[in-house]
Amino acid sequence: MALWKPDPTFYPSPRDAAGAPPEKLAYVAAFDRAAEKPDAIAVLDVDPESATYGEVTGWTDMPYTGDELHHFGWNACSSALCPYAPHPHVERRHLIVPGLRSSRIYVLDTKADAASPKVVKVIEPEELAARSGYSRPHTVHCGPEGLYVTALGGADGAEGPGGIALLDHTSFDVLGQWEVDRGPQFFAYDAWWHIAHDVLVSSEWGTPSMIEDGVVADLLLGRRYGHALHFWDLRKRKHVQTVDLGDEHQMSLELRPAHDPRKQYGFAGVVVNVEDLSASVWLWHRDGEEWAATKVITIPAEVPDDPVRLPPVIEPFGAVPPLVTDIDLSVDDQWLYVSCWGTGELKRYDVSDPFHPVEAGSVRIGGIVDRTPHPAAPDVPLAGGPQMVEVSRDGRRVYVTNSLYGAWDDQFYPDGVGAWMAKLDATPESFTFDERFFPHGDAFRGLRVHQTRLQGGDASSDSYCYP
Amino acid sequence: MNDGSLAALVALGAFHGLNPGMGWLFAVARGLQERSRGLLLRSLPAIALGHALSVGVVAVLVAVTRSVVATRAVAIGGGVLLVGFGLWRLLSKRHFRWAGMRISLWQLTWWSFLMSSVHGAGLMLLPVLASGGAAPAGHDHGLTAGAGSALSAGIFVTGVHTLAMLAVAGVIAILVYEVVGLAILRTAWFNLDRVWAVALVGAGAATLLTA
Repeated sequence: MALWKPDPTFYPSPRDAAGAPPEKLAYVAAFDRAAEKPDAIAVLDVDPESATYGEVTGWTDMPYTGDELHHFGWNACSSALCPYAPHPHVERRHLIVPGLRSSRIYVLDTKADAASPKVVKVIEPEELAARSGYSRPHTVHCGPEGLYVTALGGADGAEGPGGIALLDHTSFDVLGQWEVDRGPQFFAYDAWWHIAHDVLVSSEWGTPSMIEDGVVADLLLGRRYGHALHFWDLRKRKHVQTVDLGDEHQMSLELRPAHDPRKQYGFAGVVVNVEDLSASVWLWHRDGEEWAATKVITIPAEVPDDPVRLPPVIEPFGAVPPLVTDIDLSVDDQWLYVSCWGTGELKRYDVSDPFHPVEAGSVRIGGIVDRTPHPAAPDVPLAGGPQMVEVSRDGRRVYVTNSLYGAWDDQFYPDGVGAWMAKLDATPESFTFDERFFPHGDAFRGLRVHQTRLQGGDASSDSYCYP
Repeated sequence: MNDGSLAALVALGAFHGLNPGMGWLFAVARGLQERSRGLLLRSLPAIALGHALSVGVVAVLVAVTRSVVATRAVAIGGGVLLVGFGLWRLLSKRHFRWAGMRISLWQLTWWSFLMSSVHGAGLMLLPVLASGGAAPAGHDHGLTAGAGSALSAGIFVTGVHTLAMLAVAGVIAILVYEVVGLAILRTAWFNLDRVWAVALVGAGAATLLTA
């Protein structure tokens, strides 16, 4: 049912959104690596005034097993206010939750009980394949023509090309393949846009066979994983330009465009440079009429005192790669958070000048060698590292979880990655753990935790048409 | 054309101008994006032109049809069409789709034409078109002359309506751009689409009742 007033979680501009009230619930994708129990969306109480603050207070089990829930998104967001096709009286109430391994997509309704969403629709992999030609759905964004769902693989066993499937805003039916002309693009991973400039950006990981059984060393050292960014005409659905970062920069994953619709730049994280195991963050920007990308952050590998403890996958190198697997940009475009999942560090940069990020804080937790504990449980060494990172709309709270992707967790943390979530309090001056917030171990029922979405929206959920 | 019809035309123009979806919001967005009040001001006539084209098609069609077919038949046919369209607007969950912010003034006119057409902006004028003496009376001599004056009547109706629409849209656009700010959208953006659909049904019913 349409509303009489716009959904209160829609904001015309990022400036307005930064004044949004604090979230009270967080939704976290949780999956069973053994594929024996159903995956679930865990609901966390993130209201500091609540007696159950920092606890998992709700679970929504999926009806099947083996989905590997990963990323997910909202059915509607602030882009509904965009002037060319306004529909602001829809509700932000459904979570669109793809299974990265099963290619199934669930639709959850959070309206009746926000702390216990209900599964209201299941899109079977056959429908996704038949209508869009894709499998392995990944990122979900609410956009002008429908819901944009990136997918890593092709249909019916085809490795690729991966791309974007469009879902109807209201019925959630798969409308079809988004691309009209994909040019040379084959690999897919993330996609987002400069909505006010009719520009879509996409990134590259690998095809299903390159990732589903773990990272393949030969392919990695052979520089065969994705290493480019693609720029598209969002309106005409046409590929415009490929920007190759260089084939040593393997796996260009998360894309975080500036929220201010006047700006045309954004940040892309690269997992590893195979020449020196460093990780990097790139800035894409206009260069005249063309697009260009400039490396603005390099994070070197760390050489441990005792290389014996390295897992087989990196033992030959004698060093720990930082493995930048997620980044997130605050809604005011000032702070960039960078997850170093290998070394167990979460870095913060002041990116007021996007070409010259200035490191402005760092915390250590987990890590392949360090196993740094959380300050709330200093005796518990932690596996995994800061991975999916999400920032509240006001930029004051930062949430991280520790699993990357089932098969890859097992390679880099072979003795078990565990499950934990942490929260950091961020002010311009400080960046520290909230010691009251550390759900871990049995709190997640043995499931691994991946992306977090915050009630009402967060720094990577909404796009804005007004500056 | 009597005073009542004229007032109705102006009121409907104001109502269409008020609706953010009919274009003032797009004009504001363009102005804000480019930091240019000039672009906002240039966008408004383009939007009004598209609206006029959409309304004009209906106005001229009705006027010309009326000159050759019994007024009552036009009113009944139009009224039924209007009620049906209004109900569809009321019940449908679909919304207008258009993916693009970077468009030229001509594309903006096209956008406005489409937006007005799918919302049935011209249809809403049916009661006025079908009932009021929209055609200047007394000088018709034969079919050709009748069609000619009907055409000019259709253009007159479109012109009056569109001027009212442009005036209201323009005042709101400039107020929001210069003074109020867009945060007002969060509280003041009443679901005009639903009111709009009810207005369409009401207009259809009125046309039928007076036919």
